[in-house]
Amino acid sequence: MFGASGTKRAAVDSESAGASGTVGATGTVGSAQSGSEGVLAKTIEARDVNLYYGDFHAVESVTMKVEPNKVTALIGSSGCGKTTFLRSLNRMHELTPGASVKGDIALDGEDIYGAGVDPVQVRRLIGMVFQQPNPFPTMSIYDNVAAGLNLNGGKIKKTQKDAVVERSLRGANLWDEVKDRLDKPGSGLSGGQQQRLCIARATAVEPEVLLMDEPCSALDPVATLAIEDLIGELKKRYTIVIVTHNMQQAARASDFTAFFNLEESGKPGRLVEIGQTETIFTNPTQKATEDYVSGRFG
Amino acid sequence: MAAIPQRPGDALAGGVLPDWAPYATFAGSCVLSAAVLLATGAFTIALMLVFGVIVGCAGIYAWSWVVEGPRRAIDRTVTLAIASAFALAMIPLASLLYEVAKRGLPGLDWEFLTADARGVVGGGGAAQALVGTLVITGVAVVISVPIGIMAAIYLTEYGKGRLRRALTFFVDVMTGIPSIVAGLFAYALFEIFFGPGIRLGVMGSVALSVLMIPIVIRSAEEVLKIVPNHLREAAYALGTPKWKTITKVVLPTAFAGLVTGVMIATARIIGETAPLLVTTGVVDSINADPFNGRMQNLAVYAYNEYRSPGVMKQASYDRAWAAALVLIAIVMILNVVARFVYRRYKTEIR
Repeated sequence: MFGASGTKRAAVDSESAGASGTVGATGTVGSAQSGSEGVLAKTIEARDVNLYYGDFHAVESVTMKVEPNKVTALIGSSGCGKTTFLRSLNRMHELTPGASVKGDIALDGEDIYGAGVDPVQVRRLIGMVFQQPNPFPTMSIYDNVAAGLNLNGGKIKKTQKDAVVERSLRGANLWDEVKDRLDKPGSGLSGGQQQRLCIARATAVEPEVLLMDEPCSALDPVATLAIEDLIGELKKRYTIVIVTHNMQQAARASDFTAFFNLEESGKPGRLVEIGQTETIFTNPTQKATEDYVSGRFG
Repeated sequence: MAAIPQRPGDALAGGVLPDWAPYATFAGSCVLSAAVLLATGAFTIALMLVFGVIVGCAGIYAWSWVVEGPRRAIDRTVTLAIASAFALAMIPLASLLYEVAKRGLPGLDWEFLTADARGVVGGGGAAQALVGTLVITGVAVVISVPIGIMAAIYLTEYGKGRLRRALTFFVDVMTGIPSIVAGLFAYALFEIFFGPGIRLGVMGSVALSVLMIPIVIRSAEEVLKIVPNHLREAAYALGTPKWKTITKVVLPTAFAGLVTGVMIATARIIGETAPLLVTTGVVDSINADPFNGRMQNLAVYAYNEYRSPGVMKQASYDRAWAAALVLIAIVMILNVVARFVYRRYKTEIR
């Protein structure tokens, strides 16, 4: 099942690799690649998802839909299960010893937890950007971006790899800053640059969905703004789910907002409501949501 | 200073002892101790130093208490006590190095390093021992490093639950087994296949591996543990299989530490004597083939020269000390190289 979509991606790849020259020349990002206006990225539907760490019930019965080519923000107080839920979307949750998942999560209708589904294959389609910028310290900037290609696949031609690296770095608005030092270590960049490098690394493997776990929490306001602008451009091409503690960020950067909450500590986190970001911030249906977005608690 | 407001009775600037005060106190108390000891007729240098430290601690405390106040007095007393403890710990090491160098250098010449002792009565060189040490240890490293590092990878990346804990426990037990036991184990193992009385260089390597593997596992495990988990997660999130995450991300990140650990483990086993006595035998001619015949090595060579000296006893003793000096030199070189590799190739991990 995931094999089929793999072939489709390969076709898109060669297409966009061919187009990358012109993309580079005009300096526009994302829009021209693979004719994204016509091709929708994938939808994620979670149905009755329960997440556990051993015996601890961390997230209770989440049912929500992530719209394609939109930014969905997950907000809520600390410890309410936003990050846990996010990590279940690309099967990273189960990497924690003792962690388990109940319920269905479907990527365009295919259950990613179905029998015979390879989690490695799921993660190729659903990429992730972490809270702390985490470039591979042993690799150069170039190799960091190409890491997905180098680590996952067979041999790729150097010219093709060069094209992917340039396209991904341009896509992450980082090309102009690093093009003269691609062979330098990625850890020598500033925090904001490192985070954009990690975004370039995640997008270099052409995922369908990009998960972002508080990508700006370690960054200063200028770098944060750069990432938020980038998110706006990336959604032309990817479906994006972002966890954030910053309410302004959710309001600025997202199309849909999901509010998570937990009634008291020790109880599992729940999805309180999800809706258009504007609605959630101006006219939420739940009292708890209104209290949270207006800063009265949490 | 003056600009900072002061609470009453809490002046920032108070009396300060001069820089030479601790040294002067120590020297003075040594002189005092020497005088008292001479007067009672019990003078030795060691006793003088012991009393010198004790009197010095009391002296610096009193002096500093008067001039600087109680807090600085305690600080100075403890500083002197700690410096003395450090000096005490360094004395055996310094004296060992001095003694080995003094006694080893007379026997150490070009012939010692390049000639063997075949057919020479009460003389000759130690080239066969040097070659043997390098070959036996080299083979031991070749055996131990893959096994040790793979075992460490299992323990950090794959193992879980009771099995993992049991393995960790047995590795700890293995680090503590007496080296002669490792030698007897290797002998018993080869005796099964080659019959009693067998002596081969590779037997010594197996015996040394039994000692080296747990050390390699332990050090590699520690190094792999400090590779941050977020790097593994970053690789997984790219859709990288676990084995590639380990070989392409975890191991390169830990490279410097792994190499250093192997070097230290090598230095630790290169001077082993007991397990080689029962496995590699003694021989006077150069043999570089670990799979054929007996092999000499420096530690056993030194032991034999000392245990059964020839007609010219002093010459034998000189050769024993020279062999010890060469061993220490090899260990030092290994440690220096380990440090160099670590500095040169270490990965900055946040």
